Amino acid sequence: MKKFLPWILVAIFGAWIVSDMRPPKPKDNFNLAEFGRLPVLLNGRIQPFDSVARNALLSMSGKSTVRLENGKRMSATEWLLEAMSKADVADTRKIFRAQHPDLESLLGTEQARLEYYSFNDITNHLEEIEHKAQALAESERGKEDAVKLRTPFQKDLMHLYNSLILDHRIKNSLQPENADDFSQELEVFKEKIPAGLLALQASEANEKFDQTDLQTIAAFFRRYQTISRYAYPLAVPPKAGEPRDAWSNVGSSLMESMRSNEIHPAITKLAAVTTAYAENKPADFNRAIADYRTWMESNHLAPELKKGRQEFFFNQLQPFYKAMVIYVAALLLGCAFWLNLSEWVRRSAFALLGVAFVIHTFGLLFRMYLEGRPPVTNLYSSAVFVGWGSVVLGTILEKIYKNGIGIVASGVVGFITLNIAHHLAMSGDTMEMLRAVLDTNIWLATHVVVITTGYASMFLAGLLAVIYVVRGFFTKTLTPEIAKSLSRMVYGIICFATLFSFVGTILGGIWADQSWGRFWGWDPKENGALLIVLWCAIVLHARWGGLVKERGLMAMALFGNIVTSWSWFGVNMLGIGLHSYGFMDAAATWLTIFVVSQLLLIGLAILPPRFWASFKNQESPGAPSSPKGKEPQPASA
Amino acid sequence: MIDRVFRFFSSLRLTVVLLACALLLVFVGTLAQVKFGLYEVQAEFFRNVFVWWHPKGANWKIPILPGGWLLGGMLLLNLVAAHLKRFQFTKKKIGIFTIHAGLILLLLGQFFTEVFQVESNIRFEEGQTRNYSEDSRHNELAIIDVSNPDHDQVYSIPETLLAKGGEIRDAKLPFTIRVKNYFQNSEPAGPMSGAGNKIKASDGIGKRLQFAEAPVVATMDNENKPAALLEIASDKGAIGEWTVSTWLTKYPWSAILGEQMGSMFGTALSEPQSFQYDGHTYRLALRPIRYYKPYTITLLDFRHDNYRGTDIPNNFSSKVHLSDPKRGEDRDVLIRMNEPLRYAGETFFQAGFDENNDKVTILQVVRNPAAITPYLACSLVALGLLIQFLMHLVTFGRRQKNKPAPQKNSPKRKTVAVAAAKGAL
Repeated sequence: MKKFLPWILVAIFGAWIVSDMRPPKPKDNFNLAEFGRLPVLLNGRIQPFDSVARNALLSMSGKSTVRLENGKRMSATEWLLEAMSKADVADTRKIFRAQHPDLESLLGTEQARLEYYSFNDITNHLEEIEHKAQALAESERGKEDAVKLRTPFQKDLMHLYNSLILDHRIKNSLQPENADDFSQELEVFKEKIPAGLLALQASEANEKFDQTDLQTIAAFFRRYQTISRYAYPLAVPPKAGEPRDAWSNVGSSLMESMRSNEIHPAITKLAAVTTAYAENKPADFNRAIADYRTWMESNHLAPELKKGRQEFFFNQLQPFYKAMVIYVAALLLGCAFWLNLSEWVRRSAFALLGVAFVIHTFGLLFRMYLEGRPPVTNLYSSAVFVGWGSVVLGTILEKIYKNGIGIVASGVVGFITLNIAHHLAMSGDTMEMLRAVLDTNIWLATHVVVITTGYASMFLAGLLAVIYVVRGFFTKTLTPEIAKSLSRMVYGIICFATLFSFVGTILGGIWADQSWGRFWGWDPKENGALLIVLWCAIVLHARWGGLVKERGLMAMALFGNIVTSWSWFGVNMLGIGLHSYGFMDAAATWLTIFVVSQLLLIGLAILPPRFWASFKNQESPGAPSSPKGKEPQPASA
Repeated sequence: MIDRVFRFFSSLRLTVVLLACALLLVFVGTLAQVKFGLYEVQAEFFRNVFVWWHPKGANWKIPILPGGWLLGGMLLLNLVAAHLKRFQFTKKKIGIFTIHAGLILLLLGQFFTEVFQVESNIRFEEGQTRNYSEDSRHNELAIIDVSNPDHDQVYSIPETLLAKGGEIRDAKLPFTIRVKNYFQNSEPAGPMSGAGNKIKASDGIGKRLQFAEAPVVATMDNENKPAALLEIASDKGAIGEWTVSTWLTKYPWSAILGEQMGSMFGTALSEPQSFQYDGHTYRLALRPIRYYKPYTITLLDFRHDNYRGTDIPNNFSSKVHLSDPKRGEDRDVLIRMNEPLRYAGETFFQAGFDENNDKVTILQVVRNPAAITPYLACSLVALGLLIQFLMHLVTFGRRQKNKPAPQKNSPKRKTVAVAAAKGAL
């Protein structure tokens, strides 16, 4: 039985992954998935409605599904469709998050502690929120740093305000939010255009015209002008012959119709979709979507449809979330192995690590394919890649040493980095388009990948040091054999990190030289990378010179965590320089916590062996510095 | 004694201490950029022997950190000394040796770059042609003899000479220039407005427009706008007295001044100031240093596009025409983000645009005679690191192979612990 445990675990988690690869079932006969796959243009890129829905919901509520009153969950796509076709129903969904007590008291709900609000919960306070938010924006005008200096209340207020705006935009994306039967409305509109145009021309030429015709068309004009201002995704695809990126929104396309006297076919077809959904007619709904797809295919939009389908699949699969969960499982089993030391536990843990790694890799590759880019394009993807790189190294270590350390280290880094990525994803689209300066696949594939691998190896070395200190200080499980192998691992990984950090930093310099004619400019991110290289050099020289031994090396590897996290995240928080593209906010707190925790561990690491649970009653396993008076000779490791 | 000095300079401890200082310098130098801006930090931290602390108002200063020059120099000495001491050309050391040779080259190359690199820019509108670029930070007093219709004769006096004050004489100039007053930073002022030190000239625009001394600034988005009051005189006596300032010549300050005072002064603000002497017409201006080139560049088209429906730029590009009759170059070039033009030892890259005028491009021009060194240096270091790393890996692999196979359950802890603790390192 024990022999089969690894296989059983692989089968269980494998089944979990595969189960999400199948297309989701229609809900109440509505083929929602098919709607979720339809492509639109947003953030400068083609993406399915499903991505629009998930990213919007994540940024508003921090969740990718909507919790219903009855405790069930509603998918992001379904919520988006509802908001775009039955705005009044969507207004009852609790999608707005407000946590600050002062904000709750503003909403009059401090007793209830709701945290999540529906639009209807907030309606009575809209003006007040708007007034306060605009006053804040006004006071911040012209001050660049103001956004960073907001109080928690102000942050929460602005978040709520922006969420309300986003919600308003979404509700006015495919039709005006108060439309009853949009298909019917379009029919009327189409009929009225010619007469309205005649009246308009006549009035401009100071001739006699029908007042009613003019007023009707003017009313339509105002109505569509409003939604043209608010519409969120660009849902109307280009017609044959237009540039591929010439998408427009429903409102502006309808305004264009007043000139051209014809309504874009996509609008009529999308209106059929929303109307059928609003009127609860599943058969019509499914037919309308199929009809729209057919139209797109015959209008050379097959690549866009394909992109929508693939990204929908990727969203559905959630490979990084699944990898994160399985990493935790592997990590727990790895720790269990340290307690009972049975080989089959280690094997099971290793097998799980393998499953997590496979799905992590699949996600990474699929994302590269979707974007048509190397793996790292922004802070989010750097977190995914740092985790991946560390797991590769950790797996190799486990293959060599077979003592569970590689598994636990991989599990921890995999979990933490994917968790970081998950939180970074809340700030919006993770596959955003690249600014002109970053738009170069060669340098993204070399400099960025190499430097990120450097980060990954630094963190892995640091984590091994954490394992050393925690096991050595608090438990008796750090045998000299394990201590020595850890020390060798840390040393080896730091050598690796030196190579990658140095080469990566230099490649960055060469990129700068190729693009801007200057190799080095002391930009904060450049300096950050240089700090890692310098730190690696210090560690290696200190060790060669005998200035540090085992515990000293561990303390230095721990400090490497601080240096690397500074270079990776801290620099971006300064908000200056060419590289400050990945600014985020809440991360500052976490970074501080992380740095403090590492400093504490360093403090433990340099305590004399007699305080260590594993080293008590033993001879010293290596003083932190060499005896004085003798010039240390460089010794090769 | 010499032995001890040599031992000090070749010690590994010194390496570690220097590297640690470098770490600190780079870290503090990054933080300082938030307050002081990139250029100031470059000059104060990295292109300096020491980082000084001068308290406001005091006329003394104390060093608080070793600067880039000192650390770079010491590291170089340390490296060379260490290699002299321990240099043995063995197979085992070849990696380490290559790494350090590369580092020496890198340090030297960066030193030459810091000293000899010149950064300037060209800011021009579609249709305009330039045969010079302008220094981004350094100014010159230009005296231009425009009497010859074929070409102008330019005499250039660096701003640093003006800052010293006193008289400026040059054999090539038939007159002397006396610096009567010089402000490192200034603000335009009327006769009534502006407190404190002000300059007023008896000729040129300075008769009507005065400049008041302003506090020196040092951030990236704000720069000093110097002004000086100059008296020009020959052996026979005074020729005249003029005010010069980059307020009158350098974008965007000249544009701002024009906006504010244009209605009062009209074209007098943008017209060059000039005077007659000995049958020649001279112009004078305090302006960004100009680097003239034996060729011309014309801006044909500037594009600045965003991704549809976003504010994310996806393309900046300047289409220029390069014309160099001497070398027979006559072609159109597209300069884009990440695709600069390299010509005659200089690199022209797309650096910016004007928010108010979409026909204006800003090209950065860099001349760096040591541009090749980082490439060589880095290849050496990377090669060395690779050799070293692979050697470790091979040794490590052998050691693992020779080790007895791991036992199913790890051996009893207590007994082995002591034995291995003795052997640890």
